[in-house]
Amino acid sequence: MMEVSPTLPAWVAIVTSILVLLGAALTLIGTIGLVRLNNFYSRVHPPTLGTTLGIGCVLLASMLYFSVVKQRLVVHEVLIAIFVTITTPVTLMLLVSAALRRDWAIGDPSVPVPPGLPEEAERPEPLPESDQPTS
Amino acid sequence: MTAHSILIWSVAAAEMMIVLAMACAAYRMLKGPRAQDRVLALDAFYVCGMILILTFGIETSDIFYFEAVLVIALVGFVATAALAKFLMRGEPIE
Repeated sequence: MMEVSPTLPAWVAIVTSILVLLGAALTLIGTIGLVRLNNFYSRVHPPTLGTTLGIGCVLLASMLYFSVVKQRLVVHEVLIAIFVTITTPVTLMLLVSAALRRDWAIGDPSVPVPPGLPEEAERPEPLPESDQPTS
Repeated sequence: MTAHSILIWSVAAAEMMIVLAMACAAYRMLKGPRAQDRVLALDAFYVCGMILILTFGIETSDIFYFEAVLVIALVGFVATAALAKFLMRGEPIE
């Protein structure tokens, strides 16, 4: 069971509750988008809701709660916030450029020529209908 | 309803929502349809895990869950970057 110190002020409990619920709801909305959208390049967008505002709200709630409970300033959660903010765009850009190249390599006509290849590069033959990935 | 019970119930509700979010990400990871979708779902999945552990930290008033979250963030970044490189070239380290 939860061990809340009895001296916790009411406003801290309420603000922490709101921030935690907001962060969790935003993360849930992001992953629902991950399930519902029907194209890889649109599916990249919704999970970033969780990696920016979602985790940001929960970290703010954690900072506020521990600063009050421990009766000193607890801000080491900022480390996680900075790290996630820096790494998410890097990984997603790597992943999307890999996906672009893979889609190009199977002859998908809807994707442009990936960067690093000459503009007039030979587009590979499309796979036969039976080998096409369903997306 | 006291402020404490509001905090207890909202943290429980938030954990419920995050578990649902992890279920959505796991569904996309199992369904695919292609490898890049699975890697993207894995990325969303470990972020949900980080948020879940942070709420555990608030629930138990234990400050040491923070280190677990930091380790998951580091390992998850390296894993996703290596998988993306693998999808790009066929080998993770050149």
